[in-house]
Amino acid sequence: MIGNLVATLLLVALGFAVRNALRTPLWAEAFRRMRRRPLVIGAGVILALFTTIAIADSYSWADGKNQPTKTVLDRVFERPQERTYSPPMAKLTTEASPKPLLATHILGTDGVGNDVFYRTLKGVRTAFLIGGLTTLTVLPIALLLGMLAGYLGRGVDDLIQYVYTVLDSIPGILLLIAMMMILGQGVPQLCIALGVTSWVGLCRLVRGETLKQRDREYVLAARALGLGAPRILMRHILPNLMPIVIISATLGFSRLVLAEAILSYLGVGVPEDVGSWGNMIEAARLELAREPVIWWNLVSASTALFLLVLALNIVGDALRDGIDPRLRSA
Amino acid sequence: MSEETLLSVRDLRTYLDTPEGVVKAVDGVGFDVRAGRTLALVGESGSGKSMTALSIMQLLPEPAARIVEGSVKLDGRDLLDLTAKQMRELRGKRMGMIFQEPMTSLNPTFTVGYQLLEALKCHGGARRSGLGQEAVKLLQEVEIREPEAVLRKYPHELSGGMRQRVMIAIALANRPSLLIADEPTTALDVTIQAQILRLIKRLQGEHNMGVLLITHDLGVVNETADDVAVMYLGQIVEQGPVDAVLSAPAHPYTQALFASRASREHRGRVLPVIPGNVPGPHDWPPACRFHPRCPFRMDVCEKVTPEVSHLPDRTVRCHFVSPLEEEAKLEH
Repeated sequence: MIGNLVATLLLVALGFAVRNALRTPLWAEAFRRMRRRPLVIGAGVILALFTTIAIADSYSWADGKNQPTKTVLDRVFERPQERTYSPPMAKLTTEASPKPLLATHILGTDGVGNDVFYRTLKGVRTAFLIGGLTTLTVLPIALLLGMLAGYLGRGVDDLIQYVYTVLDSIPGILLLIAMMMILGQGVPQLCIALGVTSWVGLCRLVRGETLKQRDREYVLAARALGLGAPRILMRHILPNLMPIVIISATLGFSRLVLAEAILSYLGVGVPEDVGSWGNMIEAARLELAREPVIWWNLVSASTALFLLVLALNIVGDALRDGIDPRLRSA
Repeated sequence: MSEETLLSVRDLRTYLDTPEGVVKAVDGVGFDVRAGRTLALVGESGSGKSMTALSIMQLLPEPAARIVEGSVKLDGRDLLDLTAKQMRELRGKRMGMIFQEPMTSLNPTFTVGYQLLEALKCHGGARRSGLGQEAVKLLQEVEIREPEAVLRKYPHELSGGMRQRVMIAIALANRPSLLIADEPTTALDVTIQAQILRLIKRLQGEHNMGVLLITHDLGVVNETADDVAVMYLGQIVEQGPVDAVLSAPAHPYTQALFASRASREHRGRVLPVIPGNVPGPHDWPPACRFHPRCPFRMDVCEKVTPEVSHLPDRTVRCHFVSPLEEEAKLEH
């Protein structure tokens, strides 16, 4: 139940953010320009599709007492498990399907008889959770600390730099594995671990950009106008950081999705019962040794991963171009 | 027109801490700006003009620069005694500033309208209604045609002259009584320069503003200023009404500066230059700072720092001129 509530809250928050963004001329203009490019629309459609799947996989309820909770996605794709693997487009063997659309395993089944298409779709929510939640928590921290360090300088700068330099001096993958050992496996734990290791790069970037913007004449002009530091930071410097932050955050998002896959592959990511692309790829590794080669498992998970990351990068890039007035061609 | 003293700077010293040592960027500068009048601060690059302006606004690049001593009185109140918050309230409201580079002094991510409204709201507090009209009025005041269309534009869609007009509109949004213009026309075309200067002059007359005009262009001084202060290496070497100083410069540096100006007399001849270069900030000469380049150099110039001599129509910092002060006193 709590899961449903959280999902709804997140959706509402996202809706509000988009609505408010569209009301400011800066973002409205950016979106208007993005709509003109077919490639961006394609990437947007893919993202929308993935988002819908993630939402469908987030709402769950049980049919009665002592019954397992099932998400909308589970209910749509509910089918008995096969006894063994089968190639793509294989017919259902267990029984006649109640739903004609589900009579074939479009992408086949994996070594233990799970439908690959269904498993791939289950990985979407995990990817969004890992990428989205981590980015959402990292972004405010990195922005705040980076801007404070860059704008205030002196002691504040030294302190913040010291903290992230220390963090950064530990090899990332070792720190991640160590943290996962301490926190235990799980999606929230992985978000925390990834958050701790991934804010440094963004923070450093924001600090450098702030340093650059701080010495621009428009900041001096704003100060000459009598504006205070909070307003200059939020209203003048932050929008000028946005292009670089957005591109970095979307790239970061896709990097996080990839990191999840790698960590799950190494066995320290999300638990095995949580559907994730990393887990699928890890499972496929063993199956690759079989004769005949079971490749559809690996290919499905990798393609889904690739599509999401590519779409994110295209949209992020377009957003960056759209938001920067200097890059706009009239 | 009232000619009360608006801004009074006395013995201002602003030092810069650099890895190579302390640079006395502003070293004992003093002048008055009267309401409705323009004081031009003239000097070469590195003479401390901009540092003086930033010291007045207290917008110095921290932590390198610091005001060591002196007083900066606006309407009789010493700005150096104010807290950061009090100072912030004065900026924009009592004293506005425009900058050399209209290209970069507007925020590229916002429309002109947004930035004008921000300036209006900044000190206006709650009065929100009618701000749009006020913005249009401000743009009309700086002679921008089709102000409604310009309000919706981004800075990069405007020409340099238009941007400077917008900057002036923003600086004047809260009707400051003092306008500091730091080389407002340097980055503009010559034809636009004249327009902008005329605009500043007109607005000054309408609002009885005191203007501190920082420039290195003596032509600009001649056209727009009432008084002039010539700076060399952090000090004011000569100061007085424009007519007096320009017609008969007393300090050897001012004379040399004027002689090296391109004019009709020099047609077909080599333009005179001041011998030597402006010394770097770390090897300023002792005593009189101009003595290595001065044609009237005397022994005393290398040993004793000249005091400021008060002549009837001006002040000059030069050993060569100081005997004249005695004569002037005797005549009285």
